Amino acid sequence: MKRRSFLKTLGLASGTLAANGTLRAAEPVEGTEFKSVLVDTTLCAGCRGCEEICAQENNLPEPDLDLDLEGKIRTTSLEQWSVVNRYEADVSGGEVFVKKQCMHCNQPACASACLTKAMLKTKEGPVIWRGEKCMGCRFCMVSCPYDIPKFEFNSPNPRILKCRMCFDRLQEGKIPACVENCPAEAMTFGTRREMLDLARTRISEEPDKYVHHIYGEHEVGGTGWLYLSAVPFEQIGFRTDLGTTPYPQYTREFLYAVPVILTLFPAFLYAVSNATKRNSDDMESED
Amino acid sequence: MENARTSKPDLGNEFKRFIKFFLGELKPKGKVITPFNGIAAVIIGVGIVLIAIRFIKGLGAVTNLSQDFPWGLWIGFDVITGVAFAGGAYVLTFMVYILRIKKYHPIIRVTVLNGFLAYVFYAGALLLDLGRPWNVVNPIIGNSFGVSSVMFLVAWHFLLYMLAEFIEFSPAIAEWLGWKKIRKFLGALTLGAVIFGITLSTLHQSGLGALFLMAKGKIHPLWYSEFIPILFLVSSVFAGLSMVILEGTLSHKVFRDRITPKHHAAHDDIVMGLAKICAGTMFVYLFMKVLVFIHGQNWPYLNTPMGYLYLLEVIGLVLIPCLLFINGLKTRNLWIIRGASVLTLIGIVFNRLNVSIIAFKWNSAAHYVPHWMEIWVTFTVIFAEILVFRWIVNRMPILSAPPEWAKEETPAKEVQSKIKVIKEQEEWKVTAS
Repeated sequence: MKRRSFLKTLGLASGTLAANGTLRAAEPVEGTEFKSVLVDTTLCAGCRGCEEICAQENNLPEPDLDLDLEGKIRTTSLEQWSVVNRYEADVSGGEVFVKKQCMHCNQPACASACLTKAMLKTKEGPVIWRGEKCMGCRFCMVSCPYDIPKFEFNSPNPRILKCRMCFDRLQEGKIPACVENCPAEAMTFGTRREMLDLARTRISEEPDKYVHHIYGEHEVGGTGWLYLSAVPFEQIGFRTDLGTTPYPQYTREFLYAVPVILTLFPAFLYAVSNATKRNSDDMESED
Repeated sequence: MENARTSKPDLGNEFKRFIKFFLGELKPKGKVITPFNGIAAVIIGVGIVLIAIRFIKGLGAVTNLSQDFPWGLWIGFDVITGVAFAGGAYVLTFMVYILRIKKYHPIIRVTVLNGFLAYVFYAGALLLDLGRPWNVVNPIIGNSFGVSSVMFLVAWHFLLYMLAEFIEFSPAIAEWLGWKKIRKFLGALTLGAVIFGITLSTLHQSGLGALFLMAKGKIHPLWYSEFIPILFLVSSVFAGLSMVILEGTLSHKVFRDRITPKHHAAHDDIVMGLAKICAGTMFVYLFMKVLVFIHGQNWPYLNTPMGYLYLLEVIGLVLIPCLLFINGLKTRNLWIIRGASVLTLIGIVFNRLNVSIIAFKWNSAAHYVPHWMEIWVTFTVIFAEILVFRWIVNRMPILSAPPEWAKEETPAKEVQSKIKVIKEQEEWKVTAS
């Protein structure tokens, strides 16, 4: 019957669509590895040069460099995709500076939340936003565990803005502007594997200096930006309660149920409706 | 049939007659200047201005949305709550077309119409909320399928479900226009559309809950659990049916003259039946809530401000209406049942707003309270829907009986004798009508 095969095709089509719902980004694509940045918070002097160069590179308004960082924890914003915060901590000098920007997760919640693939985990590692695809539903903002994507609420043609890990520069063979311009060399750029190696080397060379944890190695399934610290990470503004499960996993079970329901339910419903019909053979016309 | 045949030669005349009829139907029926119409005109008029401002200046101009609260009233109420309220359509089509419980047949059309309009208008509200609505076709036309997104599923299901509901409802349009052959064809599609519609509903009612699964850590533990999708699905059953009860009560007042006497007589019985299902599903829902609560080891949260909200929701707005339904059934008191359904609906609003807004970032310094303009636009959507609903009910056989000619085409008996040979395929067609 035509109608049935139509339903079937439709069901199968949507079923297969949903079944592919796993993120390919789970593993690096053959031959390429995710690029990564290691931030050593023990080296950062808080000059905020990275904020400045970030603004220049991305045509953002110039950040107010005279701002007193004391007692003020800033979040990234539409105008500032990268911010440096000052935390008081029990280290020499009594303060720790931490740069904050998009973490470029290995399996980003934002990208798996995006129904148009506007938010994309590139095979090189950066998570980028593509305006020609985005419909502005802001599900990426709801999903991101770090609250990074920002939306232009006061524009009729709003964009989602956040750190792109200088994706265009990477394409040209350069490295992210902030990394290149850090006078304290607190940031290092390379493949994620290299950065993890470097982090481990630093910890093993100076075991008393660092806490023995690389933030981002396992958090939310691993992030593209990795951090070293001399004090426990929760003391310098990191969320340590996010777990190691990649965020797309939280909706995966639901999405796996979709093709099952899409194919079994219609069959079941059709069977029931047939069964009830035989019971009501003498049914009068339904008005 | 004869009529159709004789009129075939002069198609031109037929067409002219149709246009005349259609234009006549466009005119308002009844008094134009009434208090209700006045209020509706003001609300919709101002609403259109607000919507214009929203598209010229951006969402920030009319809403209190912020980087911390990307979703507000338009998603939390218009879409998430509205779709739960529209759940009556899939539950009733299941009972009438799949289980073939004839008792509910008199209200099937009005419920499907309500469901259809709810989706059309709430999907419309979604377009208002989208920052870049001109890209809304992207996930549909296939230039970029974000298949790992729950939102992708929800978007597709909204679209397909609207289509299914429209097909389920379309015989009424054909009857209104007097298109006999088309009516027959559309009627034959009903069962397929119903089966498809129920399947889609199961998935997107729960899918709306699944949207929040990745907001782990942002939603208060009393509301976040991996079972949100199932809780949303189960609660959509009694939410939808409570809406049917309430809507039926109002319709009986407003459209008194269009309701068939037979329907009138059956009304109380129908309400009682629906109340019974409400009470049952609410009990199941409560049971699941308790399980989730205990498994989540949520005791410490109870004696906190959020805990009181939780208790208000679960005890005050689920358990109590559930008991009221049972009491109303025992005493056969329609007013208690209506009261229970109103409480239930408030409870659903509360629950959906809790998940999407109130318990969302409950511990953040920033808070979201909807701007009056957001509330106004929401009312605009609701009033626009009511006006369209009224227009349709006053013209098509929704509450009133279908025309005589449409009745003739339903006898299952007559065709069933034919189909002993060609069983399966033929049955598919006939059952539908």
